[in-house]
Amino acid sequence: MDLSAINPVLLIASLMVAATPLLLAAIGELVVEKSGVLNLGVEGMMIVGAIAGFAFSVETGSPLLGVIGAAICGALLSLLFAFLTQFALANQVASGLALTLFGLGLSALMGQSYVGVRPPAMPRLDLPVLSDLPVVGPILFSHDPILYFGIALTAVVWAVLKFSRIGLILRAVGENHDAAHALGYHVVRVRILAIMFGGACAGLGGAYISLIRVPQWTEGMTAGIGWIALALVVFASWKPWRVLLGAYLFGGINVLQLNLQAAGVAIPVEYLAMSPYLITILVLVIMSADKSGAPASLGRIFHASQ
Amino acid sequence: MIRLEKRPQPSKTLSLATPLIAVVVTMIAGGLLFATLGKNPFEAIRTIFWDPLFGEYAFYYRPQLLVKGAPLVLIAIGLSLGFRAGIWNIGAEGQYIVGAICGAGVGLAFYPMESFLIFPLMVLAGALGGWAWAMIPALLKVKFGTNEILVSLMLVYVAEQLLASMSLGLLKNPQGFGFPGSRNLQDYASAHNAELITGSGMHWGVVAAFIAVILAYVLLNKHILGFNIRLSGEAPRAARFAGVNPTRLILFCLGASGALAGLAGLFEVSGPSGQVSIDFNAGYGFTAIIVAFLGRLHPVGIMLAGLLMALTYIGGDIAESNLQLPAAAIQVFQGMLLFFLLALDLLTNYRLKFASKGVA
Repeated sequence: MDLSAINPVLLIASLMVAATPLLLAAIGELVVEKSGVLNLGVEGMMIVGAIAGFAFSVETGSPLLGVIGAAICGALLSLLFAFLTQFALANQVASGLALTLFGLGLSALMGQSYVGVRPPAMPRLDLPVLSDLPVVGPILFSHDPILYFGIALTAVVWAVLKFSRIGLILRAVGENHDAAHALGYHVVRVRILAIMFGGACAGLGGAYISLIRVPQWTEGMTAGIGWIALALVVFASWKPWRVLLGAYLFGGINVLQLNLQAAGVAIPVEYLAMSPYLITILVLVIMSADKSGAPASLGRIFHASQ
Repeated sequence: MIRLEKRPQPSKTLSLATPLIAVVVTMIAGGLLFATLGKNPFEAIRTIFWDPLFGEYAFYYRPQLLVKGAPLVLIAIGLSLGFRAGIWNIGAEGQYIVGAICGAGVGLAFYPMESFLIFPLMVLAGALGGWAWAMIPALLKVKFGTNEILVSLMLVYVAEQLLASMSLGLLKNPQGFGFPGSRNLQDYASAHNAELITGSGMHWGVVAAFIAVILAYVLLNKHILGFNIRLSGEAPRAARFAGVNPTRLILFCLGASGALAGLAGLFEVSGPSGQVSIDFNAGYGFTAIIVAFLGRLHPVGIMLAGLLMALTYIGGDIAESNLQLPAAAIQVFQGMLLFFLLALDLLTNYRLKFASKGVA
């Protein structure tokens, strides 16, 4: 075992990279849940985003177009869920599962010709002076633009939910859809937009995995990150900044266990690989005592006739 | 303009018809999908749905229907109990894996002793393994109110790692020339879940699946526990007033589905699959969710849905080798089926009213 092989600066830098897909997917799901909809299809939308982003950037040669394409595909896929739950009034748990199962199959189908292909690299932000600073430079100032976008998105979501009229309407719809309807807000329209936002974020998160974090395509490569993102929203008590904190925590655990694997710690690889999932369960148990943050209409079906 | 009007009672006829309509719609959509992949859609659909049953080599494929259908039905029967009560166990895949590990572990512990007691012990161990794995989300939900959906799903990934660890370590075949995977239980008479009638595909797992269907039917229709399960799902408030104990219901539904998934894993590992290996699990635990919904959460419906889903697996394999249809296309096909089913369910619970314009 050689723990000195683990470089703390690189560890923190890669922690931020590992946390970003989780952060993006979770912040999207937070908005969806704030509007009173539980979309369990995050994993499906992420994996479709992963292959869509990969395919777009390989075909166009531009990682940026790939990322945008992934967000659009994620939003399109989430429309299926929106149709099922908002128009066909289907059970949200079942519809979300359907989305995940469908997405996993669809991504495997789409990705067949992309196995073993290398995507074009996303250019890193290279700020003169700042990026060259020791320690702080590699940690804070030499990442890809999407990572900063994720942090900015957290701030925007927080501000919109807290201070803007749109945020107020979104929260009203999520807390009590009947009252919001009576006040004249379009419950279904608000929810569909929220679901699409969640889909776009999940797609973006997926593309981040296949284009930047791993850069390659393998079947089922999201490996439960979408589900961990769902857990993260509970962990964060539906608060954006806590999602950021949680994402960095989980990213850290994942990077640490990968580093320990590489360093050849005496714990078998399989048990290290279990740890992110086990810790997710542990965190869920600790956080489930306090459900006060959950939107009151979460998971309930709305139909104006009732 | 289309308006929805809630039916006072879900339509019985449509409740039976929607799965069939969903299958037909999925076939059409699937045909379009296959056409975009450059395959002849009619040939593909015929290969998937007709050839395994009535084609030239049907004598070979028909037994497979039972072999592939049995685990799906076993798992889906268990899941349907919880789904009816609003208790969502979506980690059946994990319980399936752990059941297989425990059952095979017991069998391998006795190797090379021969005794008629070994197989029953393995069955018990398989059921207990799956039950114990499902008890984790159950107890956490009962004690701490933790979301059972997320916990049961996280445990699938844990079980997959456990499976890898077992097939590379503890259960690895000492005479396997270093290859991962356990001894083949098919070569160990006392632990082999052999065909009961040669060439029929009928093994103990199929028998267990039939028994599970019957027991679930009796439970849901004749027993107070089954009534309570249905009541909790359909009218949670009424269930509370009637004094239904939610804790017992959670423990029972998750425990039963875990035990059945564990059994399915054990029968698979000791029979058709033969050994504990890294890629032992084939996604039955997730496909069973589709089976449960396609069967309307009704035991008999689940049996039929399980057979249909088994058909798509077998037909998918044939289409893969004969028409070079990618295996993932079948996965998409199965996912679409659930989509259409959920969408069409609207018709069961609501009436569509076509109001003419201008009428207020």
